[in-house]
Amino acid sequence: MSEPLLIAEDVTAGYLPGIDILTGCTLTLDEGEFVGIIGPNGAGKSTLLKSLFGLVDIRSGSVRLRGEDITNLAANRLVSKGVGYVPQTKNIFPSLSIEENLEMGLYLAPKAFKERFAHVAELFPLLGARRKQRAGALSGGERQMVAMGRALMMQPSVLLLDEPSAGLSPALQDEAFLRARDINATGVSIVMVEQNARRCLQICHRGYVLDQGRNAYTGSGRHLLTDPKVIELYLGTLAKAP
Amino acid sequence: MREPTPASTALADVAPEPGVAKPDPILVVDGVRRSFGGLTAVDVEHLELQRGAITSLIGPNGAGKTTFFNLMTGFDQPNAGTWQFAGDDLAGVPAHRVARSGMVRTFQLTKALTRLTVLENMKLGATQQRGERMLTSLWPPAWKAQERAIEERADELLVRFKMDHMRDELGGTLSGGQRKLLEMARALMVEPVMVMLDEPMAGVNPALTQSLLQHVKDLPSFGMTVLFVEHDMDVVMDISDWIVVMAQGQIIAEGPPDVVSKDPAVITAYIGEEHGDESRFTPVPRGAGAPVAVIEEAPVDTHEGEDEHSGPHAEEREP
Repeated sequence: MSEPLLIAEDVTAGYLPGIDILTGCTLTLDEGEFVGIIGPNGAGKSTLLKSLFGLVDIRSGSVRLRGEDITNLAANRLVSKGVGYVPQTKNIFPSLSIEENLEMGLYLAPKAFKERFAHVAELFPLLGARRKQRAGALSGGERQMVAMGRALMMQPSVLLLDEPSAGLSPALQDEAFLRARDINATGVSIVMVEQNARRCLQICHRGYVLDQGRNAYTGSGRHLLTDPKVIELYLGTLAKAP
Repeated sequence: MREPTPASTALADVAPEPGVAKPDPILVVDGVRRSFGGLTAVDVEHLELQRGAITSLIGPNGAGKTTFFNLMTGFDQPNAGTWQFAGDDLAGVPAHRVARSGMVRTFQLTKALTRLTVLENMKLGATQQRGERMLTSLWPPAWKAQERAIEERADELLVRFKMDHMRDELGGTLSGGQRKLLEMARALMVEPVMVMLDEPMAGVNPALTQSLLQHVKDLPSFGMTVLFVEHDMDVVMDISDWIVVMAQGQIIAEGPPDVVSKDPAVITAYIGEEHGDESRFTPVPRGAGAPVAVIEEAPVDTHEGEDEHSGPHAEEREP
């Protein structure tokens, strides 16, 4: 079998000197694959995404994209190589309009704006309909759509999503997951960190459970959902619908 | 469904309709309206919140829930309207005086001070600290004992929220979920009369959610009233004595959980008609390959193929 599209091998990373948040984390992503990451608070889920996107210093281990070493490459270089990232919070420019926010996602290829915007507006009709509105006046859920839309402007081959459902109503959470699935169906490979573990594991091909900065379990989403150890450690009984 | 509480019993005879009067209201809102340009974000004709109850405020994104919080707590000023909290008129009162009157809130997007430790963040939540006055600050015996009591309370709350191991870490090193916990614990430092929690569970992992929920459920027994914005319907159904539903700035429904969750208007506006249909959530089918069936003790470097998941999984359906 050929090498996966994206591979992070035995990654150690952290913010403060001497304190590692990730302590040997490994992740692979195949072409067209949808991978979900779940785990307790502080397990290092968001840090893992940030390290894939060059926002956290990787201290040991490596990240490769299509066989090319991209360890600690700057985020702007990664964007031009086809990696998109949607942060968990502070992910929009509140003083800019929706349209300008999306333009910011395309600063490497400004001429393609019209065509790409049409494509994104098809996925998120709200963004098209309210394009001139100031993003700061949007609700939490609408902001998330702006952030996802902006990442898609560069037509990435790998999309990193940090808790896309956070702060959304049940109907919109369902929408967000189905949209992520739609994006995946167009061939974009996705790594998604989520707290809504059940939905996440339902739609991803493969899931990772992180605990204390390293992989605890991995397997297909469906199997993790029903694994007693994962339920006890992480999902809890509330997630196990009666 | 949760056990009956004193508050849910008191509310049992209240008709489930928007703007209905409560037997013992702590917060009474009248004609509060806030518009941003042409958009009316909040337009609440009349709302009463029962003292000692856990009331959930739900509604679609953009319904005006957070704006309503901002108005009540003095972080934003309405174009019109009045409201009384525990008998005091709060219209036009600035945020810090609202907090001192006993109404304390948390934020959806957390506001942890990144360059202070977790414990320092907690201690900042306490009010009326004698060491904060210029003259008394010069004479430590005047405030040492109070400082110790505050620290004890902070430590107690950190243990309750399972954050005690992070006590001396800087606020900036906390993960998103941990900041949520800190925010909630800090709000309780002032021993408030009413706590307004803006999506406290978003970003907190499911296993921890349950123990947090228990803490929220215990708050009324300490004499606190809780107003709670949350999107997880399992949580809302489990925790609420009463539910208020907002859409497009207005209260469109209110009532006990079992009534509101069956209200067709609520299902259309908020929950989504197909929310219970789990069969929609399947992975995108991938090319043929051997199914991955084993759960391995990671790390794993490679994997082979994928199994295709299709069709409804009846055993995982929601109630």
